[in-house]
Amino acid sequence: MFNLILNFFLIIFVAFGGVCLGLFFKGIDRILSAKMQKRVGPPIFQPFYDLRKLMVKESIIPKNASKRIFEIAPLISLVSSLLILLYVPIAGKSILGGSGDLILIIYLFIFPGLGLVLGSFSSNSPYANIGGQRMIINMLGYEFPLVIVSLVPVWLVHSNGFLNIFSLETIYNNNVWNLVGPLGIVGLSIEAIVVFLVMAGELSQTPFDIETAGSEIAGGALAEYSGRNLAMFYLAEAVKVIAIASLFNALFFSWNIDANFGIQLLIYIFKLFLISFVGLTIIRTTTSRFKISRLTRSYWGYIGLIAIVGFLFIL
Amino acid sequence: MGSKNIEKKKIKKVAKSIWVFNWFNSCGFTEVLPMVGSRWDMERFGLVPVSSPRHADCLIIAGYQTMKSIKRARLIYEQMPFPKIVVSLGCCPMTGGVYWDSYNTIKKLEDYIPVDLNIPGCPPRPEAIFDGIHKFIQSTK
Repeated sequence: MFNLILNFFLIIFVAFGGVCLGLFFKGIDRILSAKMQKRVGPPIFQPFYDLRKLMVKESIIPKNASKRIFEIAPLISLVSSLLILLYVPIAGKSILGGSGDLILIIYLFIFPGLGLVLGSFSSNSPYANIGGQRMIINMLGYEFPLVIVSLVPVWLVHSNGFLNIFSLETIYNNNVWNLVGPLGIVGLSIEAIVVFLVMAGELSQTPFDIETAGSEIAGGALAEYSGRNLAMFYLAEAVKVIAIASLFNALFFSWNIDANFGIQLLIYIFKLFLISFVGLTIIRTTTSRFKISRLTRSYWGYIGLIAIVGFLFIL
Repeated sequence: MGSKNIEKKKIKKVAKSIWVFNWFNSCGFTEVLPMVGSRWDMERFGLVPVSSPRHADCLIIAGYQTMKSIKRARLIYEQMPFPKIVVSLGCCPMTGGVYWDSYNTIKKLEDYIPVDLNIPGCPPRPEAIFDGIHKFIQSTK
C-alpha cells in the first residue's frame, strides 16, 4: 500500500519534471541554434512564455471537423509521451520498469505520431490532410532503422548469456561497449550514428520535418489547431525529446559513476543534453528539408543499409 | 490603443511571444525579410514567423492592398483566434501612399480591418519596425 502511494507521487513528479525539463531543453536548443547561425537567440525561458501565451488564446474548432477526435488527439499525443518517461531508466532506476520492457517502449513511440495523424485527419482542411499523410509516411520510414538500432543491445546481451534480454534494467546495467571485441566497436559506432539520424526523424526536425512544412502546406498537419490544443501538441513535442534521448541513453550510452542519487541525476540530465545537442540542434541547424521521395529513399535505403551493415559487424 | 480586438489582461501574456503572419503585396515586405535573418534578429524578442493564421497572434499587412486582396486579408483576419494584433506596415495601407489617387487600391486600412499599430515608411527600415513593436509592447504594461 505504501508502495502504491509512493509510486503515485513519483509518477506525478516525473511527469511534471519531464514537462519542465523538456521546455528547458527546447529553450537551450533555440539559443544554441541561434548562436550557430550568428544570431542572438531568444531568452532561455522563451518556451515557457510561448506556452503561457498559447493557454490564453481562444481554441477554435472548425465547423465541419470531428469535434471529439479533434480534442482528444492532442491528449493522446501528450499522455503517451509522458507515459514513455515512466518506463525508461532515469539515472539507473525506472518507476514502472518491472512491468514494461523494450518492446513496449517501441510500441509506445508510435502513439505521439498517431495523435498528430488523428488530429490532422479530423480537422476539415486539405492542408492538414496532406500533412497527416506525410506524417504516416515519415513514421513508416523511421520505424525500420529504429527497430534495428534497438535490437543491437538485445542481441549483444543475449549472445553473452544474460537472461531477461528485453528488460531495460539488464541492458542498462551491462554497458554495451564492454560486451564486444574490436570489430564490434566499429559496428557500435556505426549504429551510434544511425541513432542520431533516427532521433532527428522521430522528432520531426529538419531534414525530416516534411509534415510541418510551413511554406509548402500552410502549417501542415497542425494547420487548424489553436489555443489549448496547440499548447498540448507543443508540450508533446518538448517531452518527446526527453523520452527518446532517455531511451538511447539507456541503450547505448549508459555510463555512470558510483555516487548518491542526486549527482547521478545531474549527470543523467547532462548526458540527455549532450544527446539532444547532437541529435537535435546540430542536425536541425545544418540541414534543409528533404523531399518526400528522398526521405523514404534515405530511410529505407541508405540509413537502413548502414544500420544493417553495422549489425553485421557485431555478429 | 483602444481597438476592439485586444483584451487588456490577456495581451500582457501575449506580448512576450508574438507569432507573426505576413500578408503583403509587392514592395511592402522587402525590409521585413531581413528581420527574420541573422542581422536584425526577430527571434530575440520572441517573434516567430508562422505559416498558418490559426497559430498567429499578429497579422502584418504590408504594401498596397487592392480590392481583391483586401477580401482575402479580411478572411485571414477572421480566422485568427483572439487576442490578436493587426499591424499596418508602410505608408500604403495607412494613407494610400504612392498610390493615393489610384482607382484600384485601398486608401485607409482602418475602414476594413481594425488596426492596432501603424508603422510609416516606404518601406520602413527594420529598426523602425522594431521601434514600433517595442512601443506597442511597452504600452501593454
